[in-house]
Amino acid sequence: MTKKLNAKTITNTELFYGHKACGGCGESLAIRLAMKVLGNRTFAALPAGCMSAVSFIYPNMAFTTNAIITPFAATGAVASGISIGLKALGIEETNVVGFAGDGGTADIGLQALSGAIDRDDNIIYFCNDNEAYMNTGIQKSGLTPYGTKTTTSPAGENLPGSITMKKNMFEIVAAHDITYAATASVGYLEDFMRKVQKAKETKGTSYIHVFAPCPTGWGYATDMTIDLAKQAVDSGLWYLAEYENGEFTLNRNPKEFASVEKYLMAQSRFKHLTEDNIKVIKDHRDKKWQKMRKNWVR
Amino acid sequence: MNKFICGDDAVAEGVRLSRPHVISAYPITPQTITVERLSEMVEDGSLKSEYVHVESEHSALACAMGVSSVGARAFTATSSQGLLYMAENLPYASGARLPIVMMNANRSIATPWNIYGDQMDSMFLLNSGWIQVYVEDAQEALDMVIQAYRIAEDKNVMTPMMVNLDGFVLTHTYELVEIPDQKMVDEFLPPINMVEQKMSVENPKSLCISAGNDFNFEFNIKQNKDMINSEQIIEMVDKEFGDKFGRYYNGMIENYKCDDAEVILITTGTITGTSRIVCDEMRSEGKKVGILKLRYLRPFPTEKINNTLKNAKAVGIIDKNMSFGYEGTIFTNVNSSLLKLENSPKTINFIGGIGGKDITKANIKEAFEVLLKVSNGDKQERIQYMNVRCDK
Repeated sequence: MTKKLNAKTITNTELFYGHKACGGCGESLAIRLAMKVLGNRTFAALPAGCMSAVSFIYPNMAFTTNAIITPFAATGAVASGISIGLKALGIEETNVVGFAGDGGTADIGLQALSGAIDRDDNIIYFCNDNEAYMNTGIQKSGLTPYGTKTTTSPAGENLPGSITMKKNMFEIVAAHDITYAATASVGYLEDFMRKVQKAKETKGTSYIHVFAPCPTGWGYATDMTIDLAKQAVDSGLWYLAEYENGEFTLNRNPKEFASVEKYLMAQSRFKHLTEDNIKVIKDHRDKKWQKMRKNWVR
Repeated sequence: MNKFICGDDAVAEGVRLSRPHVISAYPITPQTITVERLSEMVEDGSLKSEYVHVESEHSALACAMGVSSVGARAFTATSSQGLLYMAENLPYASGARLPIVMMNANRSIATPWNIYGDQMDSMFLLNSGWIQVYVEDAQEALDMVIQAYRIAEDKNVMTPMMVNLDGFVLTHTYELVEIPDQKMVDEFLPPINMVEQKMSVENPKSLCISAGNDFNFEFNIKQNKDMINSEQIIEMVDKEFGDKFGRYYNGMIENYKCDDAEVILITTGTITGTSRIVCDEMRSEGKKVGILKLRYLRPFPTEKINNTLKNAKAVGIIDKNMSFGYEGTIFTNVNSSLLKLENSPKTINFIGGIGGKDITKANIKEAFEVLLKVSNGDKQERIQYMNVRCDK
């Protein structure tokens, strides 16, 4: 293991900058730090989404390393191709990563991701989860949680916004018996960087699902990204965990949850929620945590 | 060395000789034998390639794009619905100038469901920025895989290439095929050497970039120009191939008894062989008929076609496809080409072979007879269906 990664030890060299992401963008922060951990022998594959839209605008390229935009559904397959191509050419000590969004992972890209994990191709797949299709203007994805107002799941007299819970991507990935998988949050960056480092050292496929708030899509001030990302974990609406050697581990197990209401009401996408709606969210959380605390804590 | 093999086998032999770094494979009838053979070659060590079991055709081409993006040689194969499923990736690959070679077993598209051969699938992708060649027999299939890598990887071309074989009629029929010597193939086809369009640790690049409304058009114009200019490379590669292996395919088109022909039938792929026999029979009856075998549909060899057709009185175009609401696609392309002549021959579209419907010698003869009538000033239906039981 290399030294512990934190604000003091992480490199000052930037490998991802000059992009046109919004102020306070959680996703671009996740990529920036992941790239710092991974280093300049990294090949990044990005499907359609905010991060490809803001980083490859000719003639201004935001990655100083190799990077390629992939077809929307094909992050896993293109990353696999790069990794296998490099192997066939005998080019060693490289990292091949996919940086996809929540829709690009849990919806349109699920099949290609599944294929890559099944083959155990030597790639690191990041799901940068901001809980909706933000690049196209905030539409519901398979990772949009219950009660979210988006432009395709409006909240009104008849519906509380989205009515699906949120696909359980981490466990779907783990069910492939993947070599290494983890959840993370840009609210807990040292934990995130540790997991990126672990994925970097993993031979075979690894998956990191990083929770990354979006001020534009969620409706909050741009200086609250880190705070909200922390609150999501502390209130139990997101969780930090790992899967390796066939075992789940819960990395953070708060004795008491922070306020769900405070987290939700800080964002305009949830402002419409009723007490009953919030009860649905809390009940779902409690069920999930009951299972995790029973099986994932050792 | 000669082997008695089918068209799919021949493609696999051509791939083995071309030594791709990576093969991304997904099965679909009638292409499947090709990826089966390739897996056996990798297993027995006679082909040193990485073999990737992708989970769909979409990923088959996407994976090949990843492979090609780091400067490695990629192969994949598909057919019909599979080609349509990966369709969005075709312009992606060509726009990024990735010299992937893909075999397509021409097969009907649903619905009605059908696994037999026609050319509806590849016609859909005529505008995808891929070079498209159509081969007539298993030998040509093998030879064209090797040529395809030379053409696609030429630094002035850098364009992916689709090698089309008629489903079943070619993919599943057996013939004696000469397998070229590996050493000679290595001399003809040097290792891939991508310079501009590749990601490397030493010279990092962003690929498959976005270009807004101020730059996008120019990228497309450059791509179009290189595709049009690839005609010269195609002709050159074919000549070099012939010089080395003794088999010439005449590049973009092959004329058969066209010099003094009053009527000419344009064919693609396997129907050419049948048409040549009918042509010979009618020649022995003193009828001035000829065959233009159209090998490449993109780039489209306008000048060569016009040069062959300029003295003909009537030209028939066999289309194993139909563009619903209009006509056969090759017919449209040939007519557009002929507009560049001051006096262009009359043209008739013979649409046939859809869903694997047989096109017989008698059908070809009927087509020639129609053309001979047209050449004598008779008026005939502009679009005719070959060997069907219903009215137009």
